[in-house]
Amino acid sequence: MGDAVIEITDVTKIYLTGDIQLRALDGVSLRVDTGEFIAIMGASGSGKSTLMNVIGCLDRPTQGRYVLAGRPVQGMGRGELARIRNHVLGFVFQQFNLLARTTALENVELPLEYGGVGSRARRKRATDALVRVGLGDRLHHHPNQLSGGQQQRVAIARAIVNDPKVILADEPTGALDSRTSVDVMAIFQSLWRAGITVVLVTHEADVAEYASRVVQMKDGHIVSDRRQEPRLATPAGGAEAAP
Amino acid sequence: MNPFLTLRVSLRAILRNKLRSFLTTLGIVIGVGAVIAMMAIGAGAKEQVEQAFAAMGTNILIILPGSTSAGGVRGGYGSMPTLTWDDLAAIRTEVATVKAAAPSLRSSMAVVSEEMNWTTGVTGTSPEYFEIRNWPVALGNAFTQSDVDGGTKVIVLGQTVVDKLYGPNTNPIGLTVRVGSTPFQVVGVASKKGQSATGQDYDDAAFIPFSTFAQKVQGGLGKFLQGQIMVEATASEATARAQQDITTLLRDRHHIAPGDDDDFSIRNLSEIADARQQGTQTMTLLLASVAAVSLLVGGIGIMNIMLVSVTERTREIGIRMAVGAEPHHILTQFLIEALSLSMAGGLIGVAAGVGTAAWLAQKFHWPVLIQPDVIAVSVGFSALVGIVFGLYPAQKASQLDPIDALRFE
Repeated sequence: MGDAVIEITDVTKIYLTGDIQLRALDGVSLRVDTGEFIAIMGASGSGKSTLMNVIGCLDRPTQGRYVLAGRPVQGMGRGELARIRNHVLGFVFQQFNLLARTTALENVELPLEYGGVGSRARRKRATDALVRVGLGDRLHHHPNQLSGGQQQRVAIARAIVNDPKVILADEPTGALDSRTSVDVMAIFQSLWRAGITVVLVTHEADVAEYASRVVQMKDGHIVSDRRQEPRLATPAGGAEAAP
Repeated sequence: MNPFLTLRVSLRAILRNKLRSFLTTLGIVIGVGAVIAMMAIGAGAKEQVEQAFAAMGTNILIILPGSTSAGGVRGGYGSMPTLTWDDLAAIRTEVATVKAAAPSLRSSMAVVSEEMNWTTGVTGTSPEYFEIRNWPVALGNAFTQSDVDGGTKVIVLGQTVVDKLYGPNTNPIGLTVRVGSTPFQVVGVASKKGQSATGQDYDDAAFIPFSTFAQKVQGGLGKFLQGQIMVEATASEATARAQQDITTLLRDRHHIAPGDDDDFSIRNLSEIADARQQGTQTMTLLLASVAAVSLLVGGIGIMNIMLVSVTERTREIGIRMAVGAEPHHILTQFLIEALSLSMAGGLIGVAAGVGTAAWLAQKFHWPVLIQPDVIAVSVGFSALVGIVFGLYPAQKASQLDPIDALRFE
């Protein structure tokens, strides 16, 4: 076991919709060590997305403690949470969430802009990140000129450009066909091998097979937590995922 | 995120919707443009009025003798001579705020050349008169103090009189004209002064030494000065003081008991100028309120479109927040966007206003005056409008919840 990068202790998240209380998370505790590739699984409504948002500092728990990379997150202001998202975390979403009418390079530069990196260093690091996900020849393409798999790889490049400790991927293959999904999972595995902690949220069992640990959620609780030998993702040739 | 990058992002967002951005700024463009054009016209007109008054002389006081009152019929100012030649001398020597003083004896008389005649106002005065009225002699010379002392028959003609007697562009110096039955030698032609604010032609006039005037027109130089005295104060600001000092002096000399009415009257041209100025100020105030209303309307337009823009780009805001944009980054981005819109409107408005003013000046020969401070204030106000009306939408954007924003379709 390595160092804990994510430490969630007895976290509860309650949504209020009118008079109805919805306990999306009900006393969840989870510890993720540096270098793990963890898949959080569950049906919709199981609380996995809420847990993801809490881990990603996009949402604040109603109760409980959350320590990310040694820093207690509860009680932080919006600005401080934004800086944590910028420096410690990288996000990959199901719908890619790239800025339209903005080139791949500029999309990847975005976190660096908010991180205050100078323009030359920004360009170099963004280019490197895009080369790393196999898009070195698509730097100046706009999202609408790229395939789904390519867009998701731009998103991954954006997630890793600030050298985060943790990458959070929310159904990253949900909008992709199965072959492209394998390519994308191969990239996540190579990042994981390079030492980045990967947290993957999915409802597909075969996607979870690529992880080294699988957590099952149901009704706001963790119902199972097991380690496994990850299945190796072999890219079909589309993405050359260099380590 | 540095300001340059923020500006680039904002400009890109504006240029993405060119027509919409243009229509949004139109309110500001029209407001600022109208103000610049109207102010240029207003200032031009004001300057024209001021020049007219400067031609008259704003530091001039006119002293009129008192009125007769015979059998209940009051004769009006000047109907009874109360001013003496000694009064004039005293004003010249005893009042410190007086720069110069000259008598002005007037009569409407026929001036006759060899071929033509023309009836004009003939003024008997002293050489200081031309200085007081800021009215140099263009051809020849004004008569001198020795002409006054000797009562010589010399005359200075106004340009209109020259035109009427000899035709335009002629030099009458040395020629002889008759005033009444007395022959006068023309020694000078006064420079062209134009019209007064009330349309009176200044140049329709002729001037002779007051001693000659008294001899030939008024039947001799007596104790009383049968006309007015024109006084030039040392400066515009000293006019009121001079008026006071002269009043005190003349009341003393005329032995008027405290509480009794003056037997003379002093007119102050700067009072008329002040009244005019007040009229212009009212107009300026009116223009300013028109400007304020149009800028307000323009500002509401900007606020409206910024709110639409924030809603449209909710997802973009969510993405930016997810990758690390802090609330102040989002706030600044939208504020700069609103500011750029309003500033662009302001600058286009300045160009439109200056263009309109220049066009009016060229096409209709209107006097226009483009004032740099008006331009600066207009641009400043457009910037202010952008900030004030951009603040609420920007604030709204910066306070969005990242999760809600990301989920927004």
